[in-house]
Amino acid sequence: MNENILEMRSITKKFPGVVALQDVNLQVRRGEIHAVCGENGAGKSTLMKVLSGVHPAGTYEGEIHFESKHVSFSSLNDSEALGIVIIHQELALVPHLSVAENIFLGNEKSRAGIINWHEVNLAAAALLDKVGLRENPVTPVGHLGVGKQQLVEIAKALSKNVKLLILDEPTAALNDEDSAHLLGLIRDLRDEGVTCIIISHKLGEIAAVADSTTVIRDGGTVETIDMAEATRNGEDLTRRIIRGMVGRDMENMYPDRDVTIGEEVFRVEDWHVNHPTQRDRKVVDGASLNVRAGEVVGIAGLMGAGRTELAMSVFGKSYGRDISGTVYMHKKPVKVDSVADAIKAGIAYVSEDRKRYGLNLIDDIRRNVTAAALKRVAPRGWINGNEEIAVAERYRSSMNIKAPTVMSVIGKLSGGNQQKVVLSKWLYTEPELLILDEPTRGIDVGAKYEIYSIINKLAASGKAIIMISSELPEVLGMCDRVYALSAGRITGQLPVEDATQERLMELMTREKD
Amino acid sequence: MTGTSNLIELLTRNLRQSGIYIAFVFIVLLFTVLTGGTLLSPGNITNLVLQYSYILILAIGMVMIIVAGHIDLSVGSVVALTGGVAAVVVIREGMPWWVGIIAALLTGVLVGIWQGFWVAIVGIPAFIVTLAGMLIFRGLAMQVLDNVSLSPFPNEYRQIAGGFSNGLLGGPGYDIFTLLIFALASVGFAVQQWRARMRKLEYKQPVEALWLFAIRVLAVVAVIMAFGWQLANSRGMPYVLVLLAALVLIYGFVTQRTVFGRHIYAMGGNLDAAKLSGVKTKRVNFLLFVNMGVLAAVAGIVYSARSNSAQPAAGNMFELDAIAAAFIGGAAVTGGVGKVQGAIIGGLIMAVMSNGMQILGIDQSTQNVVRGVVLVLAVAFDVWSKKRSSVSA
Repeated sequence: MNENILEMRSITKKFPGVVALQDVNLQVRRGEIHAVCGENGAGKSTLMKVLSGVHPAGTYEGEIHFESKHVSFSSLNDSEALGIVIIHQELALVPHLSVAENIFLGNEKSRAGIINWHEVNLAAAALLDKVGLRENPVTPVGHLGVGKQQLVEIAKALSKNVKLLILDEPTAALNDEDSAHLLGLIRDLRDEGVTCIIISHKLGEIAAVADSTTVIRDGGTVETIDMAEATRNGEDLTRRIIRGMVGRDMENMYPDRDVTIGEEVFRVEDWHVNHPTQRDRKVVDGASLNVRAGEVVGIAGLMGAGRTELAMSVFGKSYGRDISGTVYMHKKPVKVDSVADAIKAGIAYVSEDRKRYGLNLIDDIRRNVTAAALKRVAPRGWINGNEEIAVAERYRSSMNIKAPTVMSVIGKLSGGNQQKVVLSKWLYTEPELLILDEPTRGIDVGAKYEIYSIINKLAASGKAIIMISSELPEVLGMCDRVYALSAGRITGQLPVEDATQERLMELMTREKD
Repeated sequence: MTGTSNLIELLTRNLRQSGIYIAFVFIVLLFTVLTGGTLLSPGNITNLVLQYSYILILAIGMVMIIVAGHIDLSVGSVVALTGGVAAVVVIREGMPWWVGIIAALLTGVLVGIWQGFWVAIVGIPAFIVTLAGMLIFRGLAMQVLDNVSLSPFPNEYRQIAGGFSNGLLGGPGYDIFTLLIFALASVGFAVQQWRARMRKLEYKQPVEALWLFAIRVLAVVAVIMAFGWQLANSRGMPYVLVLLAALVLIYGFVTQRTVFGRHIYAMGGNLDAAKLSGVKTKRVNFLLFVNMGVLAAVAGIVYSARSNSAQPAAGNMFELDAIAAAFIGGAAVTGGVGKVQGAIIGGLIMAVMSNGMQILGIDQSTQNVVRGVVLVLAVAFDVWSKKRSSVSA
């Protein structure tokens, strides 16, 4: 049991100008769940890329021993051949192919190049059974939700006789129920002898499933925590991990704020939205809510409750069809038929998916910051390039965006810094209402605290803020008032003093009467 | 982040653009040596400008289309159609030359509206729409011309591509007027550079050392004046060159300094993010195709004026030269990256190679092979430099 299946010894990986990993050690015992924690940019992903052969042997220093043998992989195929399989955060499935086809993609059951579909589907069904996914193997993967797709990925890994399964942020996009199922499955796999490395920002999950945890900070190993032992010593596991990750105790996850609430800024009444392709499916069903100046209002709801859909449909009808209802700014009805209208009305929407909807990743900080309010640096239609740089510089320092210059390309920044750029971009439109959709998703603990502080500062300056979040502690920690959303309907609102996770969860799961 | 990584980032970032200039200088030097100096002789330089002007005009519009994430395969056919319309109006109907030009430009606008409608409003991929356009407009060109070529154009019309501003001031064997224009351009360039530098200082931004600035400006001025000298020693300044210079300046400004231009880059970089930032993507796409139609008409006019005739088969494969110019000039296949000046340099690289190989008497088949290889290598360089610079920590 105590034998190490994997030892990575003194791994050092340098990129031009940057040392990504410095002398990192990782020991994983056979048959355990081993968590790797660290802030974004700490080097977790790089370490996994070294392990799986994406960064081939020779491009790094140090040694990898797998099952007591010194190994050097020159590609992903080499590591997979020995049973090391990595499942990335962004799933690598082909949406138009069936579940079975995806599971055996690149590994087809064929004789002389001719595929025996019966055998494929039969084998796929057996694997699906194993991961607890009740779906027909011929269903196209695109028809499944993210949670189920994750299970297909695991089934795919199992088809390769996996010995060491690496999961990169497996529950980042899942709701609580799917997460719980997935974590249960990982436990089952462990009991069957599959060793797992799990990378996650959700420390509660790690505390629940991991047998040991290695903490990485700034490209170096901080410590490896034996979770059972730490529990025996009566330590708070989450706290201990956070301390390792940020190098200090986090006394308070959520910064304090003096709340001064003013007049109503935003109100939406009787908002109805239908699904863009399935015409008679109601996604938002008669929602009404309001926000006052200086107030942070939370919208809590499970995945699929219609949170993002509500926000995006209000923001210039960017989602859905047959939209009806009225939007009021300062108690006057306003037109929000296009994004330009919404911006003019003083509404800003910070998307939950910043890479897809928020940023031009191939461009620099400067141009991303001014993208939504370009007119402000181009009063007569042509852009004042110097003024633009000055504006971006102002946000770089006020938001504490960590980048060498404002000409740095966005795609190279960490998640937290990217989020600060998106926030800057929307603040530059001088909005009165900010809708923040999962503003801390995929962001590490330290940067989260910074984002929270920014939100508080904005509220204190009189902005109205709507915060959509899947993490209930975050909603409770940040908001003054919370609306619960279930199946497109607002099922209740609570002042934060009266709200508890249990009461919110009860409202969030309330069915239609 | 350290100072060195910053420097590396700057270098890799600029490698994409500056690499093109280095390649251009290298190719010019290579062919100058191979042709024993003929390439840069006064007569040949004039010829080069005239012979490839229409490709360069097309490349300006094409690079904008490519930056927005589209492609236009129809421009060759549009060149034939617009040239044909001008010929019918001027030659067959006997109307004044400027009516022909207006008719050709209007045809270009209509073509742009047609293609812009399908791409921007209906949402059909530009590849399909312009592939169809390639057939449609070629067919229309044949119908307009009744499948025969029309010639000759009146003298005024021919002047567009064949005219020179020569002899206005006379001179001792070379054209002083041309030199004057180039001198003015040089002064204009230097003044503009100086003012930009002053503005930067006003905003407390880093500027290059004064001596470096001076050397750079002097070097550019020297190249401009050498070019002007050669032209002045031949037939003077071609009108086409004036047209081309104006287009490059205008479109360089539009793409780099205006809101419209920035929106093109934003859409090519991330269409969804652009939409959610309030960019009216349909409008931008529509205008882009109308603009391409107009530029194709300009190219059609220049081409018909140069060949002094309108032929149903005119402009065949021009779209490929224009696309190649944009890609060699550093445009990214995935959109979001590319510059007008890059496309012009890309077009000039193609032009110098073709011209140089013609002078050397290399046959057409070999020329095609060489140009194809250069295109692949240019894009391969682009892919390689992107891989190098996208180092993630």
